[in-house]
Amino acid sequence: MKPGPKKIIPHKTPMPEQDPAVRSGNFYEVMLGYTAELARKEASRCLNCKAPKCVEGCPVNVPIPRFISAIKEGDYAKALSIIKESNLLPAVCGRVCPQESQCEKMCTLAKKFEPVAIGRLERFAADSQLNEVGAMPEISSPTGKKVAVIGSGPAGLACAYDLAKLGHKVTIFEALHAPGGVLFYGIPEFRLPKKIVAREIENLKKTGVEIITNAVIGRLITMQEILADYDACFIGTGAGLPKFMGIEGENLNGVYSANEFLTRVNLMSAHSFPEFDTPIKRGERVAVIGGGNVAMDSARTALRLGAKKVSLVYRRSEEELPARKEEIHHAKEEGVQFEYCASPVRIVGKDGLVTSLECVRMDLCELDESGRRRPKPVPGSEFLIPADTVIMALGTSANPLVQKSTPGLSVNGRGYIMADPETGRTNIEGVFAGGDIVTGSATVISAMGAGRKAARAIHEYISRKNQGSVP
Amino acid sequence: MAKILDKKIIRDPDVFYYKLSAPLISRKAKPGQFVIIRLHEKGERIPLSLAGINPEEGTISLIVMAVGKTTSEMSTLKAGDEIMDLCGPLGQPTHVERFGRVALVGGGFGVAPLYPIARAMKAAGNEVVMVMGARSADLLIYEKELSEVCDKVVVTTDDGSKGVKGNVITGLEKELDANKPALVLAIGPAPMMKAVCNATKPYGVKTVVSLNTIMIDGTGMCGCCRVPMTNGTKFACTDGPDFDGHEVQWDILMNRQKNYNPEERESFEAWKRRHAGAITEKAG
Repeated sequence: MKPGPKKIIPHKTPMPEQDPAVRSGNFYEVMLGYTAELARKEASRCLNCKAPKCVEGCPVNVPIPRFISAIKEGDYAKALSIIKESNLLPAVCGRVCPQESQCEKMCTLAKKFEPVAIGRLERFAADSQLNEVGAMPEISSPTGKKVAVIGSGPAGLACAYDLAKLGHKVTIFEALHAPGGVLFYGIPEFRLPKKIVAREIENLKKTGVEIITNAVIGRLITMQEILADYDACFIGTGAGLPKFMGIEGENLNGVYSANEFLTRVNLMSAHSFPEFDTPIKRGERVAVIGGGNVAMDSARTALRLGAKKVSLVYRRSEEELPARKEEIHHAKEEGVQFEYCASPVRIVGKDGLVTSLECVRMDLCELDESGRRRPKPVPGSEFLIPADTVIMALGTSANPLVQKSTPGLSVNGRGYIMADPETGRTNIEGVFAGGDIVTGSATVISAMGAGRKAARAIHEYISRKNQGSVP
Repeated sequence: MAKILDKKIIRDPDVFYYKLSAPLISRKAKPGQFVIIRLHEKGERIPLSLAGINPEEGTISLIVMAVGKTTSEMSTLKAGDEIMDLCGPLGQPTHVERFGRVALVGGGFGVAPLYPIARAMKAAGNEVVMVMGARSADLLIYEKELSEVCDKVVVTTDDGSKGVKGNVITGLEKELDANKPALVLAIGPAPMMKAVCNATKPYGVKTVVSLNTIMIDGTGMCGCCRVPMTNGTKFACTDGPDFDGHEVQWDILMNRQKNYNPEERESFEAWKRRHAGAITEKAG
C-alpha cells in the first residue's frame, strides 16, 4: 500500500528544557535535547527536497537532508558521520549556530510553517553518539609537513582537524591554559557544556594534533620562529579585545567588560568561589549594555549568580536585537528586563562603587548604512537605572598581539588581518588567517568555515612547495 | 607544567625566591615583563614580576611575598614541585636606554623586580642609584644583590634601624636635590608609587611606575587591568605594566586594586583554616 499524501506538521517539535524558574538558579544546560522519539518525529517533517536550499544556507554546507534521512531511519551514527563530512563540531554548532538566519531560514517549510529544527536534529545526532567510541576519521599517511595553528577557537580547531586528516603534523598554540577559545571562555555552560567542548578537543587530539597551552605567540614565540620551524601557519586568534564606551564612571568598581565577566565564570569557575580561587561580584541589580548573544549570556549569567534584577539596555528596538531568537526568548523567560531605545551616557558611583547607570532615550529615525534605523538621543530624556554591576557587551575588536609581532603583515584600519575570503591567504607567503581576526566578530560556524577553507589552501600550498623543492 | 628547581627563603617567614624551569620564556623575557601562574585546577591566575632571567640556564626567578591565598599556597611548594600553568613573558619590557643618571625606587618586595632592571640600566651605560626602603632593617630584601649592580644604594627604614630614618621618599628627595636623575623608576605598593610621583613632579623628572593590577588572561582580552590615565584608559597587561606615573589617576587605580579585598580575605581565611600552620611549617 502506498502512503497517502504526507500531512505537514506546522510547528517544530518542542525540545524539553529546564523550567525557567529553576534554571535561572543553576548553570546546567537549559535545553535538554531531543529523545530518539522526538528526533524521529521532527526528522519526519523534512521534505527531503531535491534541490535543498538549507544546504546553501549553511556556511559549511552540511548535507542536511541526508543526515535527517539517516535519523528517520534510526541510524544515528550514520547521521553523525554524514554531518562530520563537513562539520567537525556538530554538538557545538547544533547548540550555538544562528540557524534562524542560516539553514532554517532557507528551509522550504519555512515559507508557510516553522522550518525543520535542523539545529536540534544536528545536536541530537551528535549527542546520541556521546558515549560511543565512534569511528576514527581516516587519516592520510604522514606527509612530513608541519603546520602551526595560532589560537584554539573554532577557526583553529577546524583548520587543524582538516590538516591532520590530510596527514600533516599540526601544532596548535593557545594563549590561555585551556583550549577552545570562545567556546570555553565565552559561551556559558548553560548554553554549551564544557564537557562537550572538551570531548571535541579530545577527538581532535586523537588525530595527532598537538595543543600547546600558555603559549602567547608574539611574546613567547615570534612569527619569524614559527615560519622557520613550520611549513605554513594559520592565524585564528579571534576578535578578543573588549570595547568600552569611553563614558564617565567606566573605571568604577562594579563595571565589567562582558569578556571579563564571562571569563571569570566560564574559564575560572568564579561561580564556585571560594572552592575555586577566582572571585566575582554577585550583583543584586545588574545592567547589561548591548543586544547580542554575549549580552544575553552576560545577563543570564548574572541571574544565575543571584541577581534580583537584570536589565538589558539596548539602543535600538526589539526587532533589531542581533542575538539568536532562542537566546532572547530564554532571557525573557528567565526574567531579564529589556530596556529598549536607551543608550548609556554615564555610570554613577559612590565611594568608588557603581550605584546606577544613567541612560538617554533613543529615537529611531532614518535607516543607516547597515539598513537599521539609526538611533538618535532624545534631549532631556535622561533616566537612571539603579545598578551595582554594569556589564559592557558592546562587541569586541582585534587583538593586535600577533599582528604587531609580524612585520609586514597587512591589516585593515581596524586591525583585522587582510586575508582572501576563499583561501585565507595573507600577503605573507605561508601565512593564512581566518575567523574573527579577519572578519571581526561573527559566528562559530563561519569561523569554522574559514578554518576549513584555509586548510584546503594550506594543503595545496605545502603540497606545491613540496613538489618544487629538490630532495 | 613548570618545575620549581630551587626555592629559598628571602625574608623569614613570608618572602620566597623561586627558580623555575622555563627554557622558552627565559629566551624571550626582558626586564620589566611578568608571567602569569596558576597553581592547580582550581587556582586563580596571578601576575608575578620577573626577578631574574637566565637564558643560559633556561630558568626564570620570582620573588613572591605570601600575602594572600595563592601566594601563601605557593609558599608551601618546594623544589621539585610543579606549577600547573606558567604563561609569559607578558607585558612590554621596561624601556632601557642611556638616560644618564637613573634612580630606582623600591618599596617592600617591589625591590626584587628592580634587580634585572638595574642590571639592564647599568649595562646600557647609566649611573644607577637604588633607593630601597622598608619598615625596619629586618624587612629589607635584595640589598646585597643590588649593591653589586648599582653605583649607589640608599637604604631607608621607617624606624631608623638601618640607613636613613624615614621612607623612600625621604631618600629619593635627597637624590633629587643633590644630583637630579634623568629618570626615576618606581616599583612597590601603589601608595608608595603615587608618593614617588608627587615627589618627582616639582623637579620635572620623568617617572615610570610598574603597575600590578588585577588580571585574568594577561593578553588584553578581559579588560580587568584597566589603568585610568589622564589621556584615557590603558591595559596594564598589554600597554604596561610600565606607565608614566605622572599620567596615572592614582585614586581610581587604587580603588580598582582593592575591588576584591573582601573576597581575597574570605578565600585566604578559608584556606588558612584548612591548612593551619602550613606557611610556618614549610618555612621553618
